Amino acid sequence: MTKAKRNRLIYNIVTYALVIAAFLILQSMIANKTITRSLKGQLVPICCWIVMAVSLNLVIGISGELSLGHAGFMSIGAYTGAVVSGWLLNAFAVENTLLRLVLAIIAGGVMAGILGALIGIPVLRLRGDYLAIVTLAFGEIIRSLVNVLYIGVSDGRLRFSFLTKDMPEGTVMLVDGAKGAVKIKPISTFTVGFVLILITLFVVLNLINSRAGCAIKATRDNRIAAESMGIPVTKYKMIAFTTAAALAGMAGALYGLNSSTVVPTQFTFNQSINVLVFVVLGGLGNVLGSVISATLLTVLPEVLRAFSDYRMLAYAIVLILVMIFTNNPLIRSFVNRLFSPIKRLFRKNKQGGDIA
Amino acid sequence: MSQQVKRRANTKMVPLQSDAIVPERDINKAPVLEARHLGIEFGGLKAVDDFNLTIGKTEIAGLIGPNGAGKTTVFNLITKVYEPTMGAVLINGRDTHGMNIVQASKLGIARTFQNIRLFDQMTVEENVRIGLHNQIKYNMFTGMLRLPAYWKQEKKQHDRALELLHIFDMEKLADEQAGSLPYGAQRRLEIVRALATNPSLLLLDEPAAGMNPHETEELMENIAKIRDQFQIAILLIEHDMSLVMGVCEGICVLNFGKIIAKGTADEIQANPVVIEAYLGKKKEGQA
Repeated sequence: MTKAKRNRLIYNIVTYALVIAAFLILQSMIANKTITRSLKGQLVPICCWIVMAVSLNLVIGISGELSLGHAGFMSIGAYTGAVVSGWLLNAFAVENTLLRLVLAIIAGGVMAGILGALIGIPVLRLRGDYLAIVTLAFGEIIRSLVNVLYIGVSDGRLRFSFLTKDMPEGTVMLVDGAKGAVKIKPISTFTVGFVLILITLFVVLNLINSRAGCAIKATRDNRIAAESMGIPVTKYKMIAFTTAAALAGMAGALYGLNSSTVVPTQFTFNQSINVLVFVVLGGLGNVLGSVISATLLTVLPEVLRAFSDYRMLAYAIVLILVMIFTNNPLIRSFVNRLFSPIKRLFRKNKQGGDIA
Repeated sequence: MSQQVKRRANTKMVPLQSDAIVPERDINKAPVLEARHLGIEFGGLKAVDDFNLTIGKTEIAGLIGPNGAGKTTVFNLITKVYEPTMGAVLINGRDTHGMNIVQASKLGIARTFQNIRLFDQMTVEENVRIGLHNQIKYNMFTGMLRLPAYWKQEKKQHDRALELLHIFDMEKLADEQAGSLPYGAQRRLEIVRALATNPSLLLLDEPAAGMNPHETEELMENIAKIRDQFQIAILLIEHDMSLVMGVCEGICVLNFGKIIAKGTADEIQANPVVIEAYLGKKKEGQA
């Protein structure tokens, strides 16, 4: 096995192991009832944000396109999930919550994936920052559209109406305009969230380390060279973007079904930027980094609730510091020197076997 | 190796009016590249005008000319980075009109770039694998689900990549990051990557730029070796006259977007028009 391959394998194993270990620890904490209430309430959202961060990393870090509307895909997933779950309950009397949740998540992913593909087809043919502009607009358009969207279920069928609430008597409203998706029965569980994270990691890591992933990375590093090597750039950018959109939709469905209401204002431009911050902080193209930063940045604001006035200020300072630290060669070499004894220790241990 | 090249260059020459610049070794041999009255205008400026060139299988041809003569533009026209405004490019007898870069590449053109365009953040091996993208395939879901075909094809890609890297003795660098390689190695890697696409025509844009005389000489031998091993045609742009005169069987001189001379190395060196436009100045500068 080559050095690069081994490093990649170790990286993947560490990523999976970390997630699984965290899950087991948290599960045992739940069983022992040693977990705080606020943290328990955060578990499913953390899962969602991890999936969001990892999927956005696929677009930004691996395929090198800037997407500013990731929350838009999440909102599509959340609404689709709420509607599908409500529909299954009211029209087909599906009582099994796990089945409803799984179907809702799949529906959310498919819906967001389709919309992602529709946006990607025209935009990813262009070079430059067009994707950022279009996805930014897309997020806002979705937010405005669901503001005037009414979906209800009566007599076992779904009823849609737009701009005006035009529903027959006795309709159970699922999406009620500006009130958002209402009367959702929260059915999301931490275990499903954990499985979704594993699926996301499996899809993203395997994609990155395959022929398609290599091609996606090539289009990021040098578009012209990739094209002259016979790589259809648009196709591979589409694969990355659609996959990311579908994963975001799945995360959205899980997120939406975790609370009793979903309102359009939950998925604003700010949320997209939030996810972008997770990705940048975790490192572009670094999946493990995204997982860690999404977790920390979701938990920290809750822990620091007492200082909530200064939260955004601290956020900005942390971001600036991270940028300085990661880009300044002086600081970098200093940090490297700080850690080099530990690194050397590891290397000695590892190579000892090889030499002997 | 270079002796063999010289012998070929000294055989009977086709007349200057013909598109072919290399003496015909096999009259029935279909040309790999045919450029007919090729031209492009950028807002009224004719960057390339009435460019005619035919390259047969396994020929090594050189494209030279002063700075700004339009040499790289010709490459960009052949590889469909630009759509020509006049004339046509035929690759292996097929008209490339309306094709994009990817389609042209699949017809069998591969190129290197004047200012190196490697995939900097990827390893050397991955760079070569990109070249193998359309050679050794498996579909996306096979890759995602790690089916047996994935492992088989990955192994194939790995072996083939190392085999190709062996041309320049670069197997040991396979795990290095491409962007961190020394300049000369980056140029060689670009050639390997281009060869990985299994081309019938290889376009080299200043392959010896930035190389020392020793490396240039090595490159010269390697170019001839590549031609013999892969049985491909090579068209190269180069300012290093020792390389062009040493390895090219036919040379085409471009000035202000127009061909001013075609012929063997000896003919080009003796051609007064060329000396006036290009070589004369260069010789004074060097002497």
